[in-house]
Amino acid sequence: MKILVTAKRVVDYNVNIRVLADQSGVDLNNVKMSVNPFDEIAIEEAVRLKEAGKAEEVIVVSVGQTQCQEQLRTALALGADRGILVETEEDMQPLAIAKVLKAVVDKEQPGLIITGKQAIDGDNSQTGQMLAALAGLAQATFASEVEIGDGSATVTREIDGGLETITVKLPAIVTTDLRLNEPRYASLPNIMKAKKKPIDVITPADLGVDVAPRVKTLKVEPPAERAAGIKVESVEALVDKLRNEAKVIS
Amino acid sequence: MSILVVAEHDQNSVKVPTRVAIAAAKLLGDDIHLLVAGQGCQGAADAAASIEGVQKVLLAESEAYSHNLAEELASLVVSLAGGYSHILTATTTSGKNYMPRVAALLDVSQISDIISVESDDTFKRPIYAGNAIATVQSSDSVKVLTVRGTAFDPVAEQGGSAVIESVEAPAVMGVSEWLREDVVELERPELTAASIIVSGGRGMQNGDNFQMLESVADKLGAAIGASRAAVDAGFVPNDMQVGQTGKIVAPDLYIAVGISGAIQHLAGMKDSKVIVAINKDEDAPIFQVADYGLVADLFKAVPELDSQL
Repeated sequence: MKILVTAKRVVDYNVNIRVLADQSGVDLNNVKMSVNPFDEIAIEEAVRLKEAGKAEEVIVVSVGQTQCQEQLRTALALGADRGILVETEEDMQPLAIAKVLKAVVDKEQPGLIITGKQAIDGDNSQTGQMLAALAGLAQATFASEVEIGDGSATVTREIDGGLETITVKLPAIVTTDLRLNEPRYASLPNIMKAKKKPIDVITPADLGVDVAPRVKTLKVEPPAERAAGIKVESVEALVDKLRNEAKVIS
Repeated sequence: MSILVVAEHDQNSVKVPTRVAIAAAKLLGDDIHLLVAGQGCQGAADAAASIEGVQKVLLAESEAYSHNLAEELASLVVSLAGGYSHILTATTTSGKNYMPRVAALLDVSQISDIISVESDDTFKRPIYAGNAIATVQSSDSVKVLTVRGTAFDPVAEQGGSAVIESVEAPAVMGVSEWLREDVVELERPELTAASIIVSGGRGMQNGDNFQMLESVADKLGAAIGASRAAVDAGFVPNDMQVGQTGKIVAPDLYIAVGISGAIQHLAGMKDSKVIVAINKDEDAPIFQVADYGLVADLFKAVPELDSQL
């Protein structure tokens, strides 16, 4: 079986982002960009399944500007076999990305699709579920354990109250939660090898997908600042403040 | 136009985040319908009918909805979607699971985790772990929204007298099956509903040490939370995680113990009314958001706090 995984290009999780003064968005100039951490977990899971003999090929897809090739190369260095860049200058929103991925799924016919549960820039948590809906497939979101069986997968999911286990018919979409695995680091030989792996570049128009945005961002602002607090010297002083100043305990 | 809110319930009662979603719905219009889907959930439907602001309860009884499988719930919501201008639910793991499916099947976008209603098509939502707030406008015919559980005051449990109407369940998709759940029975308030939370981080060193926090939490009637570091280290289970990818909380009092304060953790708790930080590292970023900071060894400070409560 083939496994399709995604690699979104996002601002690295260690970067403290800055909102632009004209409120048009977040400053992306000279900011370190990385593979969305949840997608990295997806890539790792796919590569492990291939290493365990459960899959023959891992295909990684990125949707966005030409620079997304960097993230595809990272995924290839981590063990994916080939990449597909769906190149566009458009502001790509989850529904449009899901439509693009649906067209790729139709073409590649993977047995399993693994995406991150959310991207750490937009924090939407929509793309995997939307892809599953458009493709008419089952979904297992927020996965912390995936076991591939015969024609189905058993997935443990992180839910509000704890964990839940479901089985889904394959092909299916799995979205990754934090504790599914710990992604490896790419070794230097694998980084070199990745440079020779193929990346296909296509456009949404090639796939016949309309990617016009439906949601307009009117402005982006920094969140309200918290007023600076104080340091207390002792537990006694702390309890006194909580009782008599903040009045949050009795 | 009417507004559809999809309820989360435990068969007998409607959960608090749903009443928060109804509060957001009330800012959009008056004709609010609440969908209760499940099996053996007449009790939840009765509770739903008395919630303030609810005009009609739609009750969908079927085994297919007993475990909130996304495929089946989404089909149901889509089958009912005609005639609604807005479809809302709370941003819970269940809402996040099926709602994007609803949006995609309706060929509309979803606006996730709204924190304010600016007009009937314009909303505010946090992005980049809450380090920026975007104001977004939807051009879709139907607005599909999930609502952050801490952003609106829940409507009252009583005060409504809605009619209950049974609705037909559409054909079952049957592509997924629920096997089991491993849900911790809570003796304490739920994290997202607690007015006081005591949270532990990597500084707790191991799971056993969380007993110190339990004793404090018992005296305060508090819930216990944790940072991602503490969950990843296996000290405590995943459902205790507060942060960008865990639970978003905003209690009256949040006590962070041995938590350094990574931006991903702050994203989940910085709207708390009063924040206390106890950490031995005086440069820890948690102190930048704390109203009261105590630089101290938690293994001395927490037992002392316990004895003074």
